[in-house]
Amino acid sequence: MAKDKDVRFSKFGTVSFTGVTQVNDFIDYLEQGKIMGTVCKDCGQKFFPPRAQCYKSLSSNMDWFEVTGKGKLVSFSTLRYGPTGFTDELPYTIALVDYGDYKVFGRIDPAVSNPDDSLKVGMEMAAKPAKTSNGQLTYVFQPA
Amino acid sequence: MSRVAVIGVGQSTFVRSYPGSIRELAFEAYSEAMKDANIQNSDVDATVMCSAPEYDKQRSPAGVVAEYLGLNPQPTFYVETLCSSSSTGLKLAYSLVASGLHDCVMVLGFQIMSQLTSNESQERMGRGADIQWESTFGTMMPAYYALHAQAHFARYGTKPEDLANIRVKSATYGVLNDRAVYRKPVAHEDFLDPQKMGGPVASPLRVGDCCANADGSSCIIVANEEKAKRFCKKPVWILGVGAASASVNMVGRESLSGLAVGIEAGKQAYKMAGITPKHIDVAEVHDCFTIAEMMAIENLGFAEAGGGPELVRAKETYKEGSIPVNIDGGLLSKGHPIGATGGSQVRTIVRQLRDEADNIQVKDPMFGLVHNIGGVGLYGSVTIFGRE
Ligand SMILES: [Zn+2]
Repeated sequence: MAKDKDVRFSKFGTVSFTGVTQVNDFIDYLEQGKIMGTVCKDCGQKFFPPRAQCYKSLSSNMDWFEVTGKGKLVSFSTLRYGPTGFTDELPYTIALVDYGDYKVFGRIDPAVSNPDDSLKVGMEMAAKPAKTSNGQLTYVFQPA
Repeated sequence: MSRVAVIGVGQSTFVRSYPGSIRELAFEAYSEAMKDANIQNSDVDATVMCSAPEYDKQRSPAGVVAEYLGLNPQPTFYVETLCSSSSTGLKLAYSLVASGLHDCVMVLGFQIMSQLTSNESQERMGRGADIQWESTFGTMMPAYYALHAQAHFARYGTKPEDLANIRVKSATYGVLNDRAVYRKPVAHEDFLDPQKMGGPVASPLRVGDCCANADGSSCIIVANEEKAKRFCKKPVWILGVGAASASVNMVGRESLSGLAVGIEAGKQAYKMAGITPKHIDVAEVHDCFTIAEMMAIENLGFAEAGGGPELVRAKETYKEGSIPVNIDGGLLSKGHPIGATGGSQVRTIVRQLRDEADNIQVKDPMFGLVHNIGGVGLYGSVTIFGRE
């Protein structure tokens, strides 16, 4: 029998579809209040979501970096209908935010009221660690 | 390389719930295409089976379907690129014939989606995205296309009414298509009614902006020049095949106001065919959502970027317009049985180029185009057809 599998990633998201990944430290950082991506030590390419390997350098020589500051809202949508496993959280708003060197996909903070009226493409947003309605780890965007 | 022609086309009626199994459903498209080509199973050298897995329980369906249709011992290949599976299958069939390996190849697309609830099938489709970093936020197809719609609105000033124009046009032709799921007319007023087309799904997309899941099958038979001329009075030639891929995760996309795979696959197909968008007489584009047709119109060069709404408003995409688009009702009317969709689009264009399109026939078309997208711009396929 092999050692216990490292399934830390199963703590991420309302429904987790995968638990095992070489970037499982993302979860520990998130628990410490940090949203982290990876950067290739060989070529400097930044990755968010974090990757364990760099296809440009053919290496696994990676460092972690923290997603900080503001990004621009690329787009958003509020779902009134949802897939199995997420319907209890409806409505919720998904969004894509551009930080320049990388983009981040996630949800808008449910505390933001009337997101369809208050959000505008191009506005500045910041990401922060959060918990889902069922107590799983995640991060959310708020207007910055 | 040999020239390659389509010599037979078929599709089942697309329905909300097919009362049978995938092999029985596949038979419906197969039998129509075989009669259309007027050939025997012994004339078919190989089959390419196309569907997206996990909507029914059957694993490795290629073998089951090939056996049921009496297509053993010919080799069979299973191809999957989500919603563009049968267009990808057609590209494989084209390659098998053009290379000289086979003379005649059948592409069969099929999908039964009705065994799942709508929420379950959204979950399956959501897992066609990045399950590690995106699906876990509760994404689904309409929401991804909604992100593209929002970006198109912000960049070009596009309005919900511009998208509604596309649905109204599709329904005009859906009424005429006895193979379509949705055959009722749609008026702009229906988008004001939250009980009808105006019901919110994923802002800014509404019920009327979305196609329905469906069960269906399609079948396309291709052959080399020698066999095509022997079997077929009106071969329709495949002149250009383009295909592309893009990042699964939205974070890898340069822009959300168009689909890069549509642009890239289109460029390849136009170049190979040696023609430009102006030469296309009739087109089938991937309209799983109204915004998808809007982006396709622009990405394929029928309008410039941001010019789609005006082209649609001027009714240039109607049968009498300068570039008729989806005048079989499109996926918005026909329904979208994932693996069968591309083959149904091809069937429509082949019938147009043979002058056999009945009440939707455009006048004397020379060139037709099929644009089929898998996932949310994850896979793109553009095929250009021409008559003799
Ligand atoms: Zn590198």
